[in-house]
Amino acid sequence: MNTGGWIVMILAVGGVTGMLSWCIYKVVATPGSTEHLHSTADIESPDIEEDEKLD
Amino acid sequence: MNQQNRPKEAWGSRLGVILAVMGSAVGLGNFLRFPGLAAQYEGGAFMIPYFISLLILGLPLAWVEWSLGRYGGSHGYNSTPGIYRAVWKNPIAPYCGVLAIIIPVMIYMFYVYIEGWCLAYSLRYLFGQMNLGDKPQVYENFFNNFVGMNKDGAAILSPGGWPLGSAVLFTAACFVINFVLIYRGLAKGIEWFCRWAMPLLIICAIVILIRVLTLGAPIEGHPEQNLTNGLGYMWNLDVTKEAFWVSLCNPQMWLEAAGQIFFSLSVGFGIVITYASYMKKDDDIALSSLTASAGNEFCEVALGGLIIVPAAFIFLGKEFFNKSHDAFSLGFKTLPNVFNQMPYGQAVGFLFFFLLFLAAVTSSLSMLQPAIALLEEGLGLRRKASVAILGFITAVGAALVVYFSKNLLALDTLNFWVGTFCIFVLATFQVILYGWVLGVDRGFEELDRGAEIRIPRFVKFIIKYVSPTYLLVIFGLWIRQQFFTASEDPEVLTWPQKIQQSSVVQITLGFIVVVIILFLLLIAQSVRRWRAAERAETEAAP
Repeated sequence: MNTGGWIVMILAVGGVTGMLSWCIYKVVATPGSTEHLHSTADIESPDIEEDEKLD
Repeated sequence: MNQQNRPKEAWGSRLGVILAVMGSAVGLGNFLRFPGLAAQYEGGAFMIPYFISLLILGLPLAWVEWSLGRYGGSHGYNSTPGIYRAVWKNPIAPYCGVLAIIIPVMIYMFYVYIEGWCLAYSLRYLFGQMNLGDKPQVYENFFNNFVGMNKDGAAILSPGGWPLGSAVLFTAACFVINFVLIYRGLAKGIEWFCRWAMPLLIICAIVILIRVLTLGAPIEGHPEQNLTNGLGYMWNLDVTKEAFWVSLCNPQMWLEAAGQIFFSLSVGFGIVITYASYMKKDDDIALSSLTASAGNEFCEVALGGLIIVPAAFIFLGKEFFNKSHDAFSLGFKTLPNVFNQMPYGQAVGFLFFFLLFLAAVTSSLSMLQPAIALLEEGLGLRRKASVAILGFITAVGAALVVYFSKNLLALDTLNFWVGTFCIFVLATFQVILYGWVLGVDRGFEELDRGAEIRIPRFVKFIIKYVSPTYLLVIFGLWIRQQFFTASEDPEVLTWPQKIQQSSVVQITLGFIVVVIILFLLLIAQSVRRWRAAERAETEAAP
């Protein structure tokens, strides 16, 4: 592995790890993060609520 | 509730938020497609267009989709045609949304097939049925028989040993798993799955990474096949070499890097925009989007980039990479051979394919919601009826992919036309819609509302000018390369030649057209319902 390879690997892996660490810090430091932050996995759409009521 | 009165959140809940956000973006592209492309394009050289694409396309376009989605949701729309209608007051606007519906639906049709392969491989490792010997050809033959690569219909009519050798059985199992989870609803289904799948996935990836990073030089008589050289093959950057500049000047590499960012971050898919429409007016979208992208990049670069290529180099040597290997070849033909030679390889193999299976399921679950939203809005159906109709449509498409298995031509055709071509078109449309129709200032007002972080203002300039220009330039180069440039290899056909010569390609394209027409009709019905509701509202107003 040459010097350029080490530099690219450290910058790339370090960069994405740093970006993720900063995001985790912001999530942890944000009051009410569990109410305000969302992913495509945790949003309940109104149709489910309607279906549940009808059932 | 003000912040002082808010109940203190448990660490588990916050960790759950982070994992759910990360898990939503991780998929097969992270662990298979990315290492394959990096190895193909001189490793370190590939990182240049890759990170440029991440910064000027991936992150800005993710913010664009979240903002457009929440904007549409605040106007009462959840389907992409409705969201476009809210943003652009033009009669054709909702019809442009057809791409955002068919892309996830049709990608699902082949994605679930690959999901089945991952589940089958993981179970074969678990039951000790993947120890096929030392010859690479054996693993290639197994995969070819398993997916029916040699003859159309072979995967259905002559599976390679019941039950663990049948790709169809596992595809059907994955299909059922997905629809049961979707049928149960987003919160109950997807969130429940991600809550335990994501931690497991990251633990699996870290265990495999540690195993690869501690391999040293395990092949006797080949001390050069060691970890450092393996990492070097993946990451080396040598500006004094001509090969580096040849790679850097290759438009195909820039196109592939941008495509990888789209595929990996699920940007230009129509998925994020639909989910964002369900968010509350003051929910954060800036940090949510960045965290999802960061989690995805971590899994892709830090985990995916350090596992597959170094492992293949250590056990198979540099000569192995003299021949080009696509993602499927690397993942399903090469790696089983590597795991066979690796200490504790059976356990590592099981973990790796189980990890791929989990990553695939977390992605495929989200692919169905955009079409469900349209079926509900367009036909006024309840969720369960919408899921049933969508189940039928996707089952027909998946059957087409599984049946026309020779050289995986149907899968390849869908992947090219829907998974690449349509994604480029949709991403370009959305960035222009946001930057030039909604207006970048109004767009940023939407993005800033409830934001936990402040997005730098120069991103406005990137979204309005740089991203569309970059997209149009690489799209133009790509069209020229795919349609008007003959390959030096006479066996490699251009798409016009493939369409002329292959009935499977013609049938698959015909199927794409039929699905597009079907969803255009549904959009027309939706538009009628929206207009009727607006008329009723106007008449009711004093």
